[in-house]
Amino acid sequence: MSEISVDVEGVAHRFGAVVALDGVGFSVGARQMFALLGPNGGGKSTIFRLLATVLPLQEGRAVIGGFDVRSEARAARSILGVLFQHPSLDRKLTVEENLRHHGRLYGQSGASLGQRIGEVCEPLGLAERRGATVERLSGGWQRRAEIAKALVPRPRVLLLDEPTTGLDPAGRRDFWKHLESIRAQEGCTILVTTHLMEEAARCDQVVILDRGKVVATGAPAELVAGVGGNVVTVGTREPGRLIQAAREDLGAEGHRCGGGVRFDGGDGPALVKELSGRYPDIIESVTLAKPTLEDVFFAKTGHGLNE
Amino acid sequence: MKESYLRSGVLAAWTLLEREVVRFLRQRNRVIGALATPVIFWLMLGHGMGSSFRAEGQGGGDYLEYFFPGMILLVVLFTSIFSTISIIEDRREGFMQGVLASPAPEWAIVMGKVFGGTVLSVLQAGLLLCLAPLIGIRMGVQGSVLVLGAVAIVALGLTALGHALAWRSDSVQGYHAIMNVLLMPLWLLSGALFPADGAAGWVKWVMVLNPVHYGHAVLVHALYPGMDHVKVACGPLSVAVVFAFAALMLGLAILATRDRRPLES
Repeated sequence: MSEISVDVEGVAHRFGAVVALDGVGFSVGARQMFALLGPNGGGKSTIFRLLATVLPLQEGRAVIGGFDVRSEARAARSILGVLFQHPSLDRKLTVEENLRHHGRLYGQSGASLGQRIGEVCEPLGLAERRGATVERLSGGWQRRAEIAKALVPRPRVLLLDEPTTGLDPAGRRDFWKHLESIRAQEGCTILVTTHLMEEAARCDQVVILDRGKVVATGAPAELVAGVGGNVVTVGTREPGRLIQAAREDLGAEGHRCGGGVRFDGGDGPALVKELSGRYPDIIESVTLAKPTLEDVFFAKTGHGLNE
Repeated sequence: MKESYLRSGVLAAWTLLEREVVRFLRQRNRVIGALATPVIFWLMLGHGMGSSFRAEGQGGGDYLEYFFPGMILLVVLFTSIFSTISIIEDRREGFMQGVLASPAPEWAIVMGKVFGGTVLSVLQAGLLLCLAPLIGIRMGVQGSVLVLGAVAIVALGLTALGHALAWRSDSVQGYHAIMNVLLMPLWLLSGALFPADGAAGWVKWVMVLNPVHYGHAVLVHALYPGMDHVKVACGPLSVAVVFAFAALMLGLAILATRDRRPLES
């Protein structure tokens, strides 16, 4: 078994009467790219805050790089790099000033800090923007400066909460490209929360959370293979009628999903042929696809990821 | 270990202080807001009251002179409010989130923020002292240093109070409400506008119990040494109260900051 970087065990959390987390556990190996995937309100951000040590742990145990977040919070903080969902740069200061202040909060100073700032800015293309005031930079550049800031103290574990919120698709791709090269260069463990299955699919391991519970854990490819077969999604105005007809005529079990009906597993191509041949009057569209993490989520919870 | 803990804490406090001052200097409207309002109040009230105001036992001075320390106190109060009100947004969508997730200890976060606010107060009070000769106050270097020292310790207490209040507020509006019902009355009843001696019974009692009253007294003693035409609480008692207040407020601010949660948006 390889070295464990983040270990979470039996973590439960309540906000008043609302249960946000209910017995969550998972382990992240060193230098892994790890995703916490789930819908908004699934508990991802609560886990993120507990691991970032800004929310006190109520129940269970969480260990980061060997440090217990409850009893050794300061030591855990010193090896963590945290990227919040909301911007955490001082807009009135320059990129360089932001990074310098941040480094000093972790005990760095002087020439070595200056050198480190250069090191993190270079691969992100920020070298020429070090002197720019943050409020004058575009959203994408601000996000890069945000990553640079988190990297200054040489974190062993990088925590990111919905890091691509507010970025366009190109900005998102760009962000993930940088994240991958950061892992290669810095050799750190990366734990990212997301509600986008495409993002989780890029990770080595994924934990799927729903309503405060872990519903699946594993490598994306394994999880998807577990669903098996193909997924047929049918757009229709009469989902009830279609489900009933397919059950009676074909023995295929469909589920309502979004506005349409989906059929998991089985012989996809044959099903497509049958459906389109038998019910052309109530079918508007038919799609045949390999399962994705979204289908894993559906298979485990019976509802869609972003519904 | 102990030494490196202290060193890294002081470094964190220093960097937060530096940020506070740089931010202030980059926001012109804040400089104007904190400085201009009190000066305008001072000129309008000072000239408006003119000869109507004659406090009992006040020999030579006019209201412009009486209100001068009160105006400096108002600058200190405004500066402490403006530099701590930013905490609320800063914890929601700003730099403070990163500070909270960093290993910087709570005392360092408070020291950085509160000493930063104090430096801003002292800088502005220094500018205002340049107006003193206009009302016939002549101060040497020694006198100025004494006044700025008095400003510093009063500012420390008020900024720490502002920090503790801001840390427990979850909205800027909530903080505004506290400012109106708590902070402004503390100033109004400090002796800044009228001496305690001539006030009605209950007001006088509130003033005697108001810690900011002693802050005002310290400023008066520093500004007008040896002149007893402005009646305030005695010097040693005032200095003791002001120091105790600052220490207590710093303690409360550190306690409040143990809650390291960023605010929900």
